[in-house]
Amino acid sequence: MTVTAGASEARARPVQIWLIVWASALAGVLVVFLLQDSLPWAVNYPASAIVPVADWVGALMGWIKSNLSWLTRSITAVLGVPLDFALNLLAKNFKIGHGADAYVLPRLSWVGVCAAAFLAGHAAGGRNLGMLVGGCFLYIALFGQWTSAMLTLALISIAVPFCIITGLFAGIWAWRKPWAERLIVSPALDLMQTIPTFAYLIPMLLLFGNSPVSAMIATAIFATPPMVRATMLGLSRVPSEIDDFSEMAGCTARQKLWRVLLPSARPTLMVGVNQVIMLALNMVIIASMIGAGGLGYDVLLALRALKVGEAMEAGLAIVALAIALDRLSQAIAHKQAKGHVHRENSPSFWRRYPNLTLAIAILVVTTLLGLFVPAFAAVPKAITFTTAPLWKAAVSWITINFFDTIEAFRVALILNVLNPLRAFCEGFPWLGAVFLLGLAGYQLSGLRLAALVAALTAFCAVTGLWEKTMATVYLCGISAFIACMIGIPIGLMASRSDRFEKIVTPIIDTLQVLPSFCFIIPVVMLFRVGDVTAMIATVAFAVVPAIRYTNHGIRQVPPALIEAAKVSGCTPRQTFFRVQLPLALPEIMLGVNQTILMALAMIIICAMVGTRDLGQEVFIALSKADSGRGIVAGLAIAFIGIVADRLFNAWTAKARARLG
Amino acid sequence: MTDRTEQAPTQPGKDARPIKLACRNVWKLFGANAANFIRERDGKASMADVTAAGLVGAVRAVDLEIRQGEIFIIMGLSGSGKSTLVRCMSRLVEPTHGKVEFEGKDLLKISDAALIELRRHRMGMVFQNFALLPHLNVLENIAFPLSIQGQDRATREARAREVIELVGLRGREHFYPRELSGGQQQRVGIARSLATKPEIWFLDEPFSALDPLIRREMQDELMRLQTMLHKTIVFITHDFDEAIRLADRIAIMKDGEVIQIGTPEELVVNPATDYVAEFTRDVDRAKVISARSLMRACDGAEHGGTVAPDVKIASFSASIISAGKPFAVVNGTGKPIGEVTPQAVIDLLAGIDRSRAGA
Repeated sequence: MTVTAGASEARARPVQIWLIVWASALAGVLVVFLLQDSLPWAVNYPASAIVPVADWVGALMGWIKSNLSWLTRSITAVLGVPLDFALNLLAKNFKIGHGADAYVLPRLSWVGVCAAAFLAGHAAGGRNLGMLVGGCFLYIALFGQWTSAMLTLALISIAVPFCIITGLFAGIWAWRKPWAERLIVSPALDLMQTIPTFAYLIPMLLLFGNSPVSAMIATAIFATPPMVRATMLGLSRVPSEIDDFSEMAGCTARQKLWRVLLPSARPTLMVGVNQVIMLALNMVIIASMIGAGGLGYDVLLALRALKVGEAMEAGLAIVALAIALDRLSQAIAHKQAKGHVHRENSPSFWRRYPNLTLAIAILVVTTLLGLFVPAFAAVPKAITFTTAPLWKAAVSWITINFFDTIEAFRVALILNVLNPLRAFCEGFPWLGAVFLLGLAGYQLSGLRLAALVAALTAFCAVTGLWEKTMATVYLCGISAFIACMIGIPIGLMASRSDRFEKIVTPIIDTLQVLPSFCFIIPVVMLFRVGDVTAMIATVAFAVVPAIRYTNHGIRQVPPALIEAAKVSGCTPRQTFFRVQLPLALPEIMLGVNQTILMALAMIIICAMVGTRDLGQEVFIALSKADSGRGIVAGLAIAFIGIVADRLFNAWTAKARARLG
Repeated sequence: MTDRTEQAPTQPGKDARPIKLACRNVWKLFGANAANFIRERDGKASMADVTAAGLVGAVRAVDLEIRQGEIFIIMGLSGSGKSTLVRCMSRLVEPTHGKVEFEGKDLLKISDAALIELRRHRMGMVFQNFALLPHLNVLENIAFPLSIQGQDRATREARAREVIELVGLRGREHFYPRELSGGQQQRVGIARSLATKPEIWFLDEPFSALDPLIRREMQDELMRLQTMLHKTIVFITHDFDEAIRLADRIAIMKDGEVIQIGTPEELVVNPATDYVAEFTRDVDRAKVISARSLMRACDGAEHGGTVAPDVKIASFSASIISAGKPFAVVNGTGKPIGEVTPQAVIDLLAGIDRSRAGA
């Protein structure tokens, strides 16, 4: 007895010490805040001491632009060739010759593409998938979005192979050379995935101009990281016996990699491919701002003109495209993971690949028919229909009938919650934030994390972006908080009821594949522009990981432990609160971490609906093509994400270590 | 320890076979500066030295010689270093110290290109968890080592079909590994390692992942193949029953050291340590011990029959007990060199202490 008591006392003491440290630290910050008249530099970063990082970056980019234009131009020219081909093939028609006597080769017929989509789905996952994928394409055609959607698809179809190949080689390099992984690849991936999508656009715009090529390059950079990670993971997971076998078979290093290790890692690689496709779609939509065109551009134009009906239609077409691409690539990945079914090798091509042959045949026939029958070449106006007036009418009806309610809700939210919080955050002393975050880093992991966190936080202040950074933190924080408040209970309910889980799973799956743009449209219709819209859209976007990780965390608690709890006489409630929840906590915290990162990414995009934070800074920089300003703001956003991510990860790691 | 092997050759003809593979004071140590540690001590160190230096001794001071055409079994419990040792022999793991001689040539000194060449044509290996390539079907898996060598499709597939026939997998050429049972998958593994016609064949616990019945069937299969192919086999196992069933000679490993090398009979009759004796205790001795070990000098009694010296007791125990008379042990020329009494056989079968049974 005495021994245990002594041990627990010894363990309790450090906690008390930290309590005292935190109390005094908070008191210190409060004192600084109260003394802001005598210590103004500690609260608001002095304007005279701002380091002009933005100017330096701007100058560097300017130098690159003026001195390396031969390089950027030739890259544009080279990448333009396959891109133009894909654009012409799917969307624009080939023009041979010039002027009036130009001969036009038609693009692929929409009928053919829909049929090919059906066959692809059929080959990958049976008739149901075929119907779904074909149906999505048909939907796009019938709702009059065909040309825009094909522009988007063409960009994706060129960007994705590029991402896959680059990601594969980067992943192989990182796997071969541990130092490269530690020093170059991992930090680069972290940065690439936390820098907001907008920030990618600025240097691309500057270097490659307002064109589909720069949109494609931005997309390629944004969508490559999951492929790198999947390659590294897949290769490291190949069983060591297979590695030994390849040695004993006398493989050279190259044979080993390409004929043994990579094929063995194929299921993991395919998961990476699926993620690349979905990220590419997301980015292509956003890249419409720098000339990608397509569905994203339609949404953008409609949003700017506040034509909610049109925006909604284009948004739904994006949703259809996203669902089709996601389900199709997942089915292919799944089929690969399950392995092939044996069949005799047949000599003729069409017998070995019946679906492919049929798809090619249909494409050729319908496209040729399109030369004579216009209905095959372009979707006839007569069979398309538009729901734009309907959406508009619905919004008008809601506005007329519920304007007061919605407005009251909005105003109340702004006055009572958002504004006070904003004032608190923006008034928070920068020195205090640096100090407190550093302290948290020290407690959770040690000096290194403390230094990293403090330095990154200080960067935001030193570059003169403190107020906007805190505006971002406030909006992101409250959105993530609400998302967790909604998502964790839903996840808990899903974990306790299989029926509820079955309802929730398809919904969150769909929410997850939707490009971030799509979340803004319906909210903007009801709440117009402003912080409330941004917050609601962000909550909808970021709620998914909170639900998913909570559900998974509770469900992965070993059944033996639950049985042990039951045998010890726990009531269901006790079992849940005393056994399942504590064990699931690290996993739930991981979900919270993801929620925060997703909220951050979304908040930035919400600059389009008039928030006043770092997103706005990037947005302005984008419209002025001010690369220095945009990149520094982008880095500040990335640093917020990295600080949050590192602190949460350290905390989770600590909790895990304690649970063993 | 090697001396013990040379001490009692039961089959004198065997030593005439050339040495195929030999380990000369092979060490594999893990830890910082392991190579210097063992070089400074001139290849000699005790377990305590190794531990004191903060190193882990996976393989320590192993000396053994494997003769052409023999089934040499390395037996040990998990963590005894047997897997590391066989990987040192094939240079999948680079030994820290010592020599591995393949036909008298030091394997550790040859170039990478020569090593690849050697592995492509003269070594084969079978793995515990089969290590089949999931994306290839049976035929392609078996033809894979040949395709690595650059053989054209027709040649390699013809050869693959030959070995498929040999291991009894005909009709499954176009199945993928996941469609096969464990036993069938290991047949593919065996066929794949045989496709290149290797001279030395490493089998790393090939049957440990299989159910007992299938394991037995595969052991018979291996013996059948060996009577046809006469490979030099290095076989790893943790199962002593499997070892005595298959082995010409067995090396027993413990904590990275080989503690005894000998025929199954030598190990049973004359265990070097208590550890070895512990393994041999539950062995069906009648199946291991031969007439030679059980015979005594003839005392002039009438004989009920004759047996050769190498014949295992189990094969004539029933007839000698029913005859009730001693059997003469005769050598090649038909001259009696001793006799086996029914009582000695009964003692052996009943598990009565060796000192009395052998007397």
